[in-house]
Amino acid sequence: MIPVHATVCDTLADLVQNSIEAGALRIELDVYTGPDAIRVRVADNGKGMDRETLSKAKDPFYSENGKHNHRRVGLGLPLLYQTAEAVNGKADVQSTPGKGTTVVFEFDANHIDTPPLGDLPATLLGLMTFEGAFDLILKRETPKDGYRVSRGELADVLGNLTEPANLILARDFLRSQEQGLIY
Amino acid sequence: MAKLTLNDLRKLRDEKQKTMAKRDPSNKDAQVIVGMGTCGIAAGAKETFNAIIEELDAKGITHVLVRQTGCMGLCHSEPTVEVIVPNMPVVIYGNVDAETGRQIVHAHIIGKTLVDNHICDKPAMDIVR
Repeated sequence: MIPVHATVCDTLADLVQNSIEAGALRIELDVYTGPDAIRVRVADNGKGMDRETLSKAKDPFYSENGKHNHRRVGLGLPLLYQTAEAVNGKADVQSTPGKGTTVVFEFDANHIDTPPLGDLPATLLGLMTFEGAFDLILKRETPKDGYRVSRGELADVLGNLTEPANLILARDFLRSQEQGLIY
Repeated sequence: MAKLTLNDLRKLRDEKQKTMAKRDPSNKDAQVIVGMGTCGIAAGAKETFNAIIEELDAKGITHVLVRQTGCMGLCHSEPTVEVIVPNMPVVIYGNVDAETGRQIVHAHIIGKTLVDNHICDKPAMDIVR
């Protein structure tokens, strides 16, 4: 197996981080897992990319100035394309400067090299504790069930998402959603 | 496990707050920041993060904020954890697995001593410049 991210959650964490760093205030994350396919969509209203930047973003030896001014690698999207190629999947990025970026990918759930989903509650919690005023809205679906949760409503109920006690409550809440899913 | 509703969560929080308020009303003056770039995730930052919040909660520590951030440029030393405690140097620890995370809570945050063999000092030059 060629080296890819260990789990689908690692990939989507990269993508959501990109959205946060692009200044998005609203990030929609749709995660579907079914018997045949894993589908993910990350849509943000961040600063977007023009065509030239987008084509560079697919190159592992490109990273945008500003984030790491002297860095010469950026692996998020390249790793996604690599994984998609390795598992009979597909990945696509649409972006409009000033409006936002949408990344979608789909993996064949039955391909032997398809990464496992990973720990979605822990990944989400991690992403929700990044600084900033963004909302992150998860729409989770299986063929028979689903749930929806957002950073905004958790922060609203708990008061904040920075105190250890609140983070544990948020983690348990997110876990209960995922573990209560009917497949 | 049955799915919790937001109302359940609100109740749990209210219960928790009652016990917390008894313990310590003081300000949040310390911060723990876990690096969660591609490199951090791959090296197990999620487990580290979890171990740290559990340990802080178990010890009843309420003056520490826990956050995550992206790559600090120390990919070779992931997971990395930055710890900011008043009257102590700001330290970035490297190779922080779950056990080292708990050690940081005990030694650095509670004991006010640095954790040897894990100190990276500051972010990589390409990040700070």
